[in-house]
Amino acid sequence: MTETFRLDGTDVPFEAGETILQAALKAGRFIPHLCHHPEFRPHGSCKLCTVKVDGRQAASCTRLATSGMKVESETEELNAERLALTQMLFVEGNHFCPSCEKSGDCQLQATAYHLGMTNAHYDHFFPNRPLDASHPDFLLDFNRCILCSLCVRASRDIDNKNVFGLAGRGMASHLIVNSKSGKLVDTDFSVSDKAAHVCPVGVILRKRQGFFIPIGSRTFDKKTIKEYVDTRLGEED
Amino acid sequence: MDNKLKVATATLAGCFGCHMSFLDIDERFFELVKHVEFDRTPLTDIKVLGECDLGLIEGGLCNSENVEVLRQFRRQCRILVSVGACAINGGLPAQRNPIPLSVILDEIYLGEAGIAHGLIPNDPELPLPLDKVHPLHEVVKIDYFLPGCPPSADAIWTFLTELLAGREPVLGTELLHYD
Amino acid sequence: MRTDHHSAYLSPILEKYGENASNLMQILREAQECHGYLHPDAIDFLCEKLGLPRTKIVGVASFYSFFYLEPRGQYRILFSDNITDRMMGSELLLARMCKTLWLEKGKLSEDALVSVDTTSCTGMCDQGPALLVNNFAITHLTEARVDSICALVREQVPLEEWPSELFEVKDNIRRSDILLLEEDFSLRAALRQGPEAILSELKLSNLRGRGGAGFATALKWEACRNAAGSERYVICNADEGEPGTFKDRVLLTLHAKKVFEGMILCGFVIGSKKGMLYLRGEYRYLLGHLEKTLQDMRQAHLLGNAILGDFDFDIEIHMGAGAYICGEESALIESLEGKRGTPRNRPPFPVTNGYLDRPTVVNNVETFCAATLVAAHGGKWYSEIGTQKSSGTKILSVSGDCERPGIYEYPFGVTVREVLQDCRAISPQAVQVSGPSGVMVAQAEFDRKIAFEDIPTAGAFMVFGKERDMFEVARNFVHFFAHESCGFCTPCRVGTALLRNLMDKLHNGHGSAYDFEEIRKLNGILQSMSHCGLGHSACNPVLDSIAKFRPAYEKRMLHHEFTPAFDLDQALQAARQMTGRDDRAAHLAKGEQ
Repeated sequence: MTETFRLDGTDVPFEAGETILQAALKAGRFIPHLCHHPEFRPHGSCKLCTVKVDGRQAASCTRLATSGMKVESETEELNAERLALTQMLFVEGNHFCPSCEKSGDCQLQATAYHLGMTNAHYDHFFPNRPLDASHPDFLLDFNRCILCSLCVRASRDIDNKNVFGLAGRGMASHLIVNSKSGKLVDTDFSVSDKAAHVCPVGVILRKRQGFFIPIGSRTFDKKTIKEYVDTRLGEED
Repeated sequence: MDNKLKVATATLAGCFGCHMSFLDIDERFFELVKHVEFDRTPLTDIKVLGECDLGLIEGGLCNSENVEVLRQFRRQCRILVSVGACAINGGLPAQRNPIPLSVILDEIYLGEAGIAHGLIPNDPELPLPLDKVHPLHEVVKIDYFLPGCPPSADAIWTFLTELLAGREPVLGTELLHYD
Repeated sequence: MRTDHHSAYLSPILEKYGENASNLMQILREAQECHGYLHPDAIDFLCEKLGLPRTKIVGVASFYSFFYLEPRGQYRILFSDNITDRMMGSELLLARMCKTLWLEKGKLSEDALVSVDTTSCTGMCDQGPALLVNNFAITHLTEARVDSICALVREQVPLEEWPSELFEVKDNIRRSDILLLEEDFSLRAALRQGPEAILSELKLSNLRGRGGAGFATALKWEACRNAAGSERYVICNADEGEPGTFKDRVLLTLHAKKVFEGMILCGFVIGSKKGMLYLRGEYRYLLGHLEKTLQDMRQAHLLGNAILGDFDFDIEIHMGAGAYICGEESALIESLEGKRGTPRNRPPFPVTNGYLDRPTVVNNVETFCAATLVAAHGGKWYSEIGTQKSSGTKILSVSGDCERPGIYEYPFGVTVREVLQDCRAISPQAVQVSGPSGVMVAQAEFDRKIAFEDIPTAGAFMVFGKERDMFEVARNFVHFFAHESCGFCTPCRVGTALLRNLMDKLHNGHGSAYDFEEIRKLNGILQSMSHCGLGHSACNPVLDSIAKFRPAYEKRMLHHEFTPAFDLDQALQAARQMTGRDDRAAHLAKGEQ
């Protein structure tokens, strides 16, 4: 017999070892998230997927589902807090959508749309984060990094390369690359790397391909983040 | 006619794109002017701001004049709205923020040959630039935000009609865009 | 080649640590002690020898405050920046040192000789202001002592030749009870009872962890003992980072053997062969003493093979490198494994999945000491001391506005007022119990008890006299949390920085009621969305000071209206400077006109 837990009042089946988020997504139930990706081990840093489990907050991407647990997700309180976290990510970096190649294909932007964000609310930090355009085929624009570590995990766990890593602490946390010069060109990064294709925002960009897809035809012009996650789960990569 | 809402608009550090998009509501303007009367706005060329019900501001804050105009709008307008990307997060002009202002002025006026006789303009009539470009909500209280670069005519229309109808304007996902 | 120079000092270090990447922290610390900072060529060499990518080594090194990837001088001076240091004048002394040495705080001197900066509380609050020079503590700072330090720096006297009295650290024991009075402990006799008997006495004692959370020690040991797996570990958390706490420093100074014996007991009970003591980087000066204690114990056959029957056990000391978050047990384990000190997702807990994913007990220094008392005198005896839910005694680290700062051991249940009387507090208006993450206790609550059922504490007891501004106390603590946030989760990384900026805005006289509301909202998000206790408790000092010292905030809400996020007139300063203008239009008024 399959075990189930309650998510916002309806039953969601799960298999042993599955997290709340994994089981929910499989059942077609959307919980906002940024650092989670179905192909990688749960991470738990962005906290957007926070739900209430039997009345207490927990990140649904790392909490294992257990039989009969009561999970609340689509509540006004949680969505307001998710919105606040999204706004924090917007003011922490420099997110200028109109000039970003990833606009329309960006999961941070699409998640903000989903949460109804009209402004970043907080005071902007406007950090100084120089670009790395050293690589012939890729550009790194650190202004948009949300420290989800998907590229770190992809390079380490799938590409076996460790091209990316996180350095620093607190607000000084930042993405680094695996070379003495600190430049991407001096790493063994390549277009066939998984890490080249997992950035949910506009940090890791293929050169000479910006703005190819016209407005109206980009990923999130055509579907919402929820619909996108549904289709991604069905994809065979 | 007396109960028409008074509306003012301004562009600060922006490109007038939001105003252009406003004009894109086209024939709906005829419907709009049944309900509103324009005060100071680039559309009327009225220069003096009176007391208004609604102020729409495009563009961020890049100099002292922007700040003065914004403050004037805040004093005179019951409801103040940040319209467009630049008003909301500084937008493209704010991409100068990582560079120190002194480096920028130096590069433009002193570094390049043949410009302004190698002097940084210091006429008291010219507003001084702020060291960083800021969004409006960091300087005054903003009541509503209408994002987009620019917000589409439909978004502007929906926003205004909802507001005029006395409802909280909420843009559906099809109208909510940051680019 | 430069690399030869680096390989010369790195090779013996690598050999000592078996070229084992899980010892990365210790390798980096010793490398830096040789060269002053971690040179890029040295990192090359380590990458090759340890088989680690550069991202990993730089990622670890840049996480900890005491590792430097760039030159910081032959003398690296860090002033302790706890509120108690500030109350004793640390800021003026730091300014004096910078002026005397002709340098700017945080920047390397032009001759690359010295750098002066601040660091989080160094655990010398009863004898501050204090500083660290190359991680060695100097206390009781005065103008004269600062001047003599400057002279030693300028004359480039090697640190080993500095007068030893500079490095004297006092114990300041003011009140002793069962734990501090206990002299003799026979480990062998205790072990002869057998693991089951020790565990059942421990259960009977109701001993709870002394790190603050108060988890039942016997349950933790039992859960680890019963967890599946062959290898188990005992970890002593001596990363005493909570500002205002220094009792572990004194226990490790005077009762190191007892701490280690408590670890051995634990190892015996859970079936472990290896213990590790994680010592905070600020207590570097204790390393030699602790290593010697371990060596003496090995010679006395209290450590090593066949301590009793076939029970083998030994202990290693790992040094931290300036990261408060490593006091959180799962972050501490990450750090022990040679990683960035990011708290793990929990569950699973360390008792089943700890060090190297194996069953692990992590206890505080004081808990291990208390365990030896239980083993020696029995659980019933211990349980009768203290209160019903808090058996035994608690050691408090008392500092701040009092005549007798230092170490006080009391049976649980002592009131705040009694402690204040004993330490001769000077017209106290508040006490911060258990550090910034603890509770701000106001005058009306001085009859509350130090006990898990009332005010739980890890030991800090900072006294604030009536002249102190409790808003400034809270602001200092908020700065501490923003500095120590590990940066892993969004709410804590960004939230603590936003909170810091808002508190600074109020401090700078630009605050309004709107900002006050924003502070309250941020507190809510930090509490509900953060990954670990740091984020959850980062707003405690603010919430407490708002609830109990509201006027300190009211007087800073100078503006009724919304106020700008930044100083508008200051934002024109660069342009004024460049244009030479100072006319009326070249200025902006601060508030709403």
